[in-house]
Amino acid sequence: MKKQGPGIRDQGSVSRFRETQRHQLQLLIIALATGITLLFNSQPQAYELSGHVTAEGRLFFKDPLFDEQERNSASIAVQPEFYHEFDNGSSFLFTPFGRLDSADSERSHFDIRELRYLWLHDAWELRAGAGKVFWGVTEFVHLVDIINQADFVEDIDGEEKLGQPMVNLTIPARYGVLDLFVLPYFRERTFPGEKGRLRSRLVVDTDEAGYESSAKEYNVDLAVRYGNTIGDWDFGIYHFRGTGREPTLLFKSTATGSISLVPFYEQIDQTGLDAQMVKGGWLFKLESLYRTGQGEDFFAGVGGFEYSFVNIVSSGIDLGLIGEWAYDERGDDTTTGFDNDIMAGARLAFNDAASTEVLAGVFQDLGGDSSAVSVESGRRISDHWKVTLDAFFVLESSEDDILHGLRDDDNLRIELSYYF
Amino acid sequence: MERSGAKNVERRTWNAGHRKKIDEQRITHVARRTTFDEKIRIVLFLILSLLIVPISALTETPEEKGLAIAREADRRDEGFHDSTADLIMTLRNRHGNESTRNIRVRTLEVAGDGDKSLTIFDNPGDVKGTAFLNYTHKAGDDDQWLYLPALKRVKRISSRNKSGSFMGSEFAYEDIASQEVEKYTYKWIRDEVFNGQECFVVERYPVDRKNSGYTRLVTWIDKQEYRPLKVEYYDRKNLHLKTLTINDYKQYIDRYWRAGTMKMVNHQNGKSTDLVWSNYRFWTGLTENDFSKNSLKRAR
Repeated sequence: MKKQGPGIRDQGSVSRFRETQRHQLQLLIIALATGITLLFNSQPQAYELSGHVTAEGRLFFKDPLFDEQERNSASIAVQPEFYHEFDNGSSFLFTPFGRLDSADSERSHFDIRELRYLWLHDAWELRAGAGKVFWGVTEFVHLVDIINQADFVEDIDGEEKLGQPMVNLTIPARYGVLDLFVLPYFRERTFPGEKGRLRSRLVVDTDEAGYESSAKEYNVDLAVRYGNTIGDWDFGIYHFRGTGREPTLLFKSTATGSISLVPFYEQIDQTGLDAQMVKGGWLFKLESLYRTGQGEDFFAGVGGFEYSFVNIVSSGIDLGLIGEWAYDERGDDTTTGFDNDIMAGARLAFNDAASTEVLAGVFQDLGGDSSAVSVESGRRISDHWKVTLDAFFVLESSEDDILHGLRDDDNLRIELSYYF
Repeated sequence: MERSGAKNVERRTWNAGHRKKIDEQRITHVARRTTFDEKIRIVLFLILSLLIVPISALTETPEEKGLAIAREADRRDEGFHDSTADLIMTLRNRHGNESTRNIRVRTLEVAGDGDKSLTIFDNPGDVKGTAFLNYTHKAGDDDQWLYLPALKRVKRISSRNKSGSFMGSEFAYEDIASQEVEKYTYKWIRDEVFNGQECFVVERYPVDRKNSGYTRLVTWIDKQEYRPLKVEYYDRKNLHLKTLTINDYKQYIDRYWRAGTMKMVNHQNGKSTDLVWSNYRFWTGLTENDFSKNSLKRAR
């Protein structure tokens, strides 16, 4: 059974790869054609190529929990960035991304992170193409961020995102900034394959993804956001209507009798708020959302603070203390993993020539016993080289928690990046 | 027009209130530095100030002279509207190891308040595209935002980082921020020739003593053009911490003097930072829109 499983999955992966590749290729050709036309139609003002190549090793302290998983993995990722700015301030940006992973075929993937043209006018900005947008204020949970799909195979923190096809009109006015989005194509969330670690017991079969919308991934999603800064406050409020980015995972048995999870993407309406206040060395943060269309209507929120100690004992080192609490009305049925959790963390910035930084956090589930520790650190070696070291440990996990499948996945992740 | 008029009135009333505050701060400052018994000293000082008040209407005190010099320097720099410049920052540790950062700086003059500035990092590669937006305020904390390009995230940051290092350099945030007159109280010390130029030597005392890294800054300002040529920084323990020397001044559009090179030497840790400025441009057409939180996302 297990032997057949991977075979079937591999075929699926290939067809899925071909399908997504076709979409991406279409997008790429359109954008490149636009880009080239624009390049030849006007005199280049400034164009530049930059980016990075990163070698990564993930070392796991324990044997994998599931038979198919490989213990450790090595991979290489490339993200070049081509940027061109025209005389009038308009610009073209192309950022492809690719990774080759030794263990997980799902983690070996290619994506167009950005491929957009920006028309810049005094009264408005229009961005068209594939882009990336971040909304939110908190450090450990990114609750209200919704435009881009999480590239989950990259990292379980959800901070890596897939490029989102969009037309985005920004109107910066005296009384705040209005953003309108038309999102014509949906990106499916990526999940680790069966050889990959940091996954649930059941593999998510992304080839079998289901949609509530009959248009499937071609459903046109819409979003509008208003944001402003008033004194010590920064805030934004938005409404999103369209395909939910967080799928509901459904059990599915295959013809061979094995069981897998398939993602189902509902049509949702979501209103979100993010706000932050600065008071002296304090930052107070709040994100909250109300979603309808995915099961029962629910509310979720995350709030907290960050306090900075600057230049402690004249050492030049800054220390930030972070405390956050996340709540989700759905309780155990949450799709984010944060139903009632607190996070406590510390950020150390050494302010040295190498820009050495460490961010460490403890996650504790208040409704159960689950807890985990995450550490991210990095420093520059030279103008072109940087090394980062991340660690993740599950301290405890109750059976119903999302961490349970990761309980043997304590790991160390080392990255060496070359910037050009 | 009406708006700026109102702002100027506000500024005037504010300045009047502020001068009183400066006097109060001068009193507390002088009181703090005494070696005599505190109480006796305060009583003596109060009696003395009662005597001085009517006289000061006729003669300029060192404090008034210091403030007048700062105001004149500020007045001479008014009306530049906006400017852009390129900056190469070289950090050097005590062993002589160097590392450089390429930075672009855009500044917008704001009527009635401190300048707005946008700092964009081009190099090293891992911070390329990072942008720092600062709204300087004459009173109270500045407003600051940081743009992190990898996450496309704009972050409001606490501006209590005054004494913190700017990008690992020997310049603190308060050193690179717009030097608004109202951020310090002043005292003229003496006149002195420095580098062949007749100078005023003026001491400055940060108004925000709680968050500043300094007790005082001693500044050499040339009498001809009112440009700072040298600054000595004294830390919270009043020990000599750093010295900044400013060279290669050049005049732009027949009015505004800008330095070509600055050298900050930290006497306590042996490190130094050099700034080399180039491509100064004024009246480039930048507007408020180019210094908004929204503009950070396309600043590069």
